[in-house]
Amino acid sequence: MTNEIIITGFGGQGVLSMGKILAYAGLLDGLEVSWMPSYGPEQRGGTANVTVILSDEAISSPVLDQYDIAVVLNQQSLDKFESHVKPGGTLLYDPYGIHRLPQRTDINVLEVRATEAAIAGGNMKAFNMILLGALLKAHPMVSPETVIKGLEKTLPERHHHLIPMNREAIVKGAELI
Amino acid sequence: MKQQINDDVKLMKGNEAVAHAAIRYGVDGYFGYPITPQSEVLETLEELKPWETTGMVVLQSESEVAAINMVYGGGATGKAVMTSSSSPGVSLMMEGISYIAAGRIPTLIINVMRGGPGLGTIQPSQSDYFQATKGGGHGDYRLIVLAPASVQDMADFVGLGFDLAFKYRTPAMILSDGIIGQMMEKVVLPEARPRRTDEEIAAQCPWAVTGKRGRKNRNVMTTLELESKMMEENNRQLQAVYDEIEKNEVRYEQYMTDDAEYLFVAFGCMSRICKKSIEQARARGIKVGLLRPITLWPFPTKAIADLAPKMKGILVAEMNAGQMIEDVRLAVEGAVPVRHFGRNGGIVPNPGEVVDSLIKQFNIHD
Repeated sequence: MTNEIIITGFGGQGVLSMGKILAYAGLLDGLEVSWMPSYGPEQRGGTANVTVILSDEAISSPVLDQYDIAVVLNQQSLDKFESHVKPGGTLLYDPYGIHRLPQRTDINVLEVRATEAAIAGGNMKAFNMILLGALLKAHPMVSPETVIKGLEKTLPERHHHLIPMNREAIVKGAELI
Repeated sequence: MKQQINDDVKLMKGNEAVAHAAIRYGVDGYFGYPITPQSEVLETLEELKPWETTGMVVLQSESEVAAINMVYGGGATGKAVMTSSSSPGVSLMMEGISYIAAGRIPTLIINVMRGGPGLGTIQPSQSDYFQATKGGGHGDYRLIVLAPASVQDMADFVGLGFDLAFKYRTPAMILSDGIIGQMMEKVVLPEARPRRTDEEIAAQCPWAVTGKRGRKNRNVMTTLELESKMMEENNRQLQAVYDEIEKNEVRYEQYMTDDAEYLFVAFGCMSRICKKSIEQARARGIKVGLLRPITLWPFPTKAIADLAPKMKGILVAEMNAGQMIEDVRLAVEGAVPVRHFGRNGGIVPNPGEVVDSLIKQFNIHD
């Protein structure tokens, strides 16, 4: 089983770290993983994207043009990447700030109101973990518990008090699907 | 590898893997100046503070010119020293690299390529192939050039590069690119070992500039030789070493070539993209394989020459305007058509583009 994923939005939305957390959970589950970011001046304010691949086989190219799953967080990204989802694949998007909705009918389109949920919860920092919770509900490629285990391993001790908040965000995201 | 997930398996960037591998190899010194897309090498070393553990020196120099001359000086004492930079920074180092090659000083130089010419772009490219393999600096010298295609390669080639550099007393280069430097993958870091002692260095490097140390005369390192006869002899000695390297150290990877009718030749990140292109082409009934040179110098000339007659055509895929294709054409000697696919200036091609190019250039009907 291979999941070829692009996560794309504005710099600062937590796109790259969401990808990293997903990749790290894949590693803990014994999968092959790759994480290829856009890098450079686009990191703040401009568009940022990351290609994450989880597979039980060796991964060939870290750079792709067709994706099983696109997680799309702004209009530019939706316009650019909707056509790059494989037929039968998944387009998961947050409708916040989106005025032209996805058009394709040969893919699964999932609307996840993550921005709204983060604002309602009073913590915008939970935004990307809400999305990750939704993504893992729709495509359980790794378990939420593995994600938490990954955070425990990678976060420095002084940030461990944030783990319960992340756990709640994942649960909340799953409820939005 | 699937079951053995323990703390030795890390998720990290290629640049970070280089820093970790350098400390674990027992490197004595790193000298460098920051430049995207390789700044994480220096940043990671500064974070890891190896001067507190192994005693490795990490120094941010005032420029790339200073860095390469620190490597020249440190290497001349027999220490294992290295630098890393990206394309414009490596151009600045070329004078020093020629001197290091002339002085036969084992060192490791890493180029995480970005798009040029000029200051260019910070995005990935492979347009320094000529510079790395055909000189770059002046004079008849060669670098051993290793082309990593994964984060694991980035970690492994630090040790391999130094081992080859010391074995042949010549500088080695890792020619990487912005993709391999910036991407994260699983990596198993090499075992840590201590830095060599002064006694071990003296035994391994009798040429090292370390003072008299019981010798009658001091060792002196110079690349100046005004007597042409002597300078020609120096050149002969260099060429003899290069002949040995060409005989012993060619490395390459073959992928799905057994039944292939067409062949991709690609190095570094482009070889990874081509593996996906192969998947896509084979799904359409087009039998393609890949030859990936791991050493760009010495080049796998014979391996390509042996494969060529079995192919209908060869497509050399590079993120440049056509550089390695010259070495492929020399290897093929006209036996089959050799065409080029390239993107420039930091554009990373996608796997589908390479398949389209193959179909178009060889007029394949699927």
